[in-house]
Amino acid sequence: MSVLFALTMGCYIASLLGYQGYVLFQKRPVYRVASIVLWVGFLCHTAVLAVKYFEAGHIPVQNLHETLSTFGWAVVGVFLILQIKFHLMVLGALVAPLATLSVVIASILPRPPVELDPLFKGLWRTFHIGTLIVGNAAFAIAFLVGILYLVQEKAIKDKKRGFFFRRLPSLKLLDSMGYSCLIVGFPMLTFGIITGAIYAQMVLGRFWSWDPKEILAGITWLVYAALLHERLAVGWQGRRAAIMTIVGFVILLFTFFLRFLG
Amino acid sequence: MVENREIVVIGLNHKTAPVEVRECLAFSSEDNTKVLEIMCREPSVDEIVLFSTCNRVEFLLTTKDMPRAVEAVKDFLADFKKTPRSTFEQALYLHSGDEAVRHMFRVASSLDSMVVGEAQILGQIKESYREACNHRTCGVVLNRLMHRSFWVAKRVRTETGIGDHAVSISYAAVELGRKIFGELEGKAVLLIGAGEMAELAVEHLFTNHAGPIFVANRTFERGLEIAERFKGTAIRFEEITEYLKQVDIVISSTGAPDYILRHTDFKGVMRARKNRPLFLIDIAVPRDIDPEINRITNVYVYDIDDLQSAIQENIDERQREARKGERIADKAVVQFRRWFQSLDVVPTIISLREKVEAIRQAELKKTFASLASASEEDRAAIDRMTEALVKKILHDPTLFLKQSEQKDKKSLYVDIARRLFKLDERNDRGSNNE
Repeated sequence: MSVLFALTMGCYIASLLGYQGYVLFQKRPVYRVASIVLWVGFLCHTAVLAVKYFEAGHIPVQNLHETLSTFGWAVVGVFLILQIKFHLMVLGALVAPLATLSVVIASILPRPPVELDPLFKGLWRTFHIGTLIVGNAAFAIAFLVGILYLVQEKAIKDKKRGFFFRRLPSLKLLDSMGYSCLIVGFPMLTFGIITGAIYAQMVLGRFWSWDPKEILAGITWLVYAALLHERLAVGWQGRRAAIMTIVGFVILLFTFFLRFLG
Repeated sequence: MVENREIVVIGLNHKTAPVEVRECLAFSSEDNTKVLEIMCREPSVDEIVLFSTCNRVEFLLTTKDMPRAVEAVKDFLADFKKTPRSTFEQALYLHSGDEAVRHMFRVASSLDSMVVGEAQILGQIKESYREACNHRTCGVVLNRLMHRSFWVAKRVRTETGIGDHAVSISYAAVELGRKIFGELEGKAVLLIGAGEMAELAVEHLFTNHAGPIFVANRTFERGLEIAERFKGTAIRFEEITEYLKQVDIVISSTGAPDYILRHTDFKGVMRARKNRPLFLIDIAVPRDIDPEINRITNVYVYDIDDLQSAIQENIDERQREARKGERIADKAVVQFRRWFQSLDVVPTIISLREKVEAIRQAELKKTFASLASASEEDRAAIDRMTEALVKKILHDPTLFLKQSEQKDKKSLYVDIARRLFKLDERNDRGSNNE
């Protein structure tokens, strides 16, 4: 394990603790330190991936180890960018564990040396993978925000003004953040699927081959497309939209693991 | 203590006296002036401040003759207010020494208030103190005590969450609205019926930039009247269902025996609203809004009990924070006691002598070290000479401190003497070692 990767993990774990501490004790300086540590971790992580990219000449997603690591990086990246606009402070308490989990699992997974088929290189593939990774990260954040929404919604509905009610932001903020993730994630997913099809055409000679992975990817796309449509046309928001976001991400996860475990 | 000088608080508050008693003892600000003028003529009272708010009437004073001062205050109250002593004597409390100091700290920090953590009391106390300063009825002790009280109050407010949580119904409504909508700006409000509490809630929403405001009342004229006040629109009672499609917050408070809004009224409403959340506040008893409506997605119904329990939680929260405040006050009491005791004449004279004696010894040592040739006799002579010198120098200040007769000047002189000779630095070090 490289020093940088260890540093990344250390930073993620530290920021995880910091964010939990912030949620518990509501002390702003704790939040600030956790954010800075997460930024440092993110930069280290970026360096790790950049080194790999230039060594191999492609985005490091050849095995589960690399993919998880890249995914964790993208989640943190999307979160940090969204944070500039939304300042949803408690979200860090969910994002940091997710990122930590993915890099920790990545670190203990075996790293079989990948000898890359020259076919697997090329611009289309880079686009295909790059957009899908960012899209998935956006959906992961949407999923976490959806969970927060349901928790807060239940607190208000049941009139239980406990621990979460006080700490979570307004339903409006959670809802519009979920929407923003969807707006970012959906075009990425669409673009990823299209470039994937083009790439398949180039490599395998056909756009779509009906393998389970592709079918699931199609279903995921349909779920998110339906959600986006309902949001725009019927004005779906709040609870139902949150549930739908969660369902979409579960299917997405399934697709994701099917790629490596199936 | 200076011949048993005591800090005394005598008074009554909302806990000991019902409003009928409080209102007949309350002093207006014009009264305040007279009270201070009369009371500072009373020989047993050295320094005095009077606090009179709607929840408390208190005299804070220093005296060398506590029983007499207490009697004087009681007589004065009965006399000035033309009320028999029996009406208020039961309600009076009397604190002295540390207890009085603690009481002042607690009052200023709003730990003793009816609504714990309310912010007005500190302003009222400052006003009373200013009044006393204008009449020069505060001396070195109460000046210090009042400033310490302000300091404690400020610490309690900034270091605990005592003032953080809403404790009135309309605040609770605004707070909940914020949790649902984020910003209240531009959120349309519909008021159904009228009533003091409902109007108060609307006013609160209005000051938080909610609006436009619609008012539905059985009597349209009354509705118009209220609507005008909030620059809103009056609508007819039959139009309510139609307006559910566009407003965001509904506050209902009618005297109707039955539900005004039923589950069936919401058919198609949410679709027309594009699922935008709707916040219904039901202040009426019996209730106006069918609680079943709470089951509809993105609709939130709160009745008076729900709001009340929301406030209760906040009150509990404040109580918890108040405990932290008590600790801050307790610590300040100990510090104040230390300062107050240092105002005694005898300990001051002793520490003055000790300090000068220490200087003498140190200088003697230095001198003898360089005078190796001096004989035993020479040394004894020098020793005697310096001793006499010190005694003579200290003679007049000591006499002055012991004999100064003006009652409240004494502690001032002691205070100055201690500062002049920097006696407290040593004292502090000593007490830290305790």
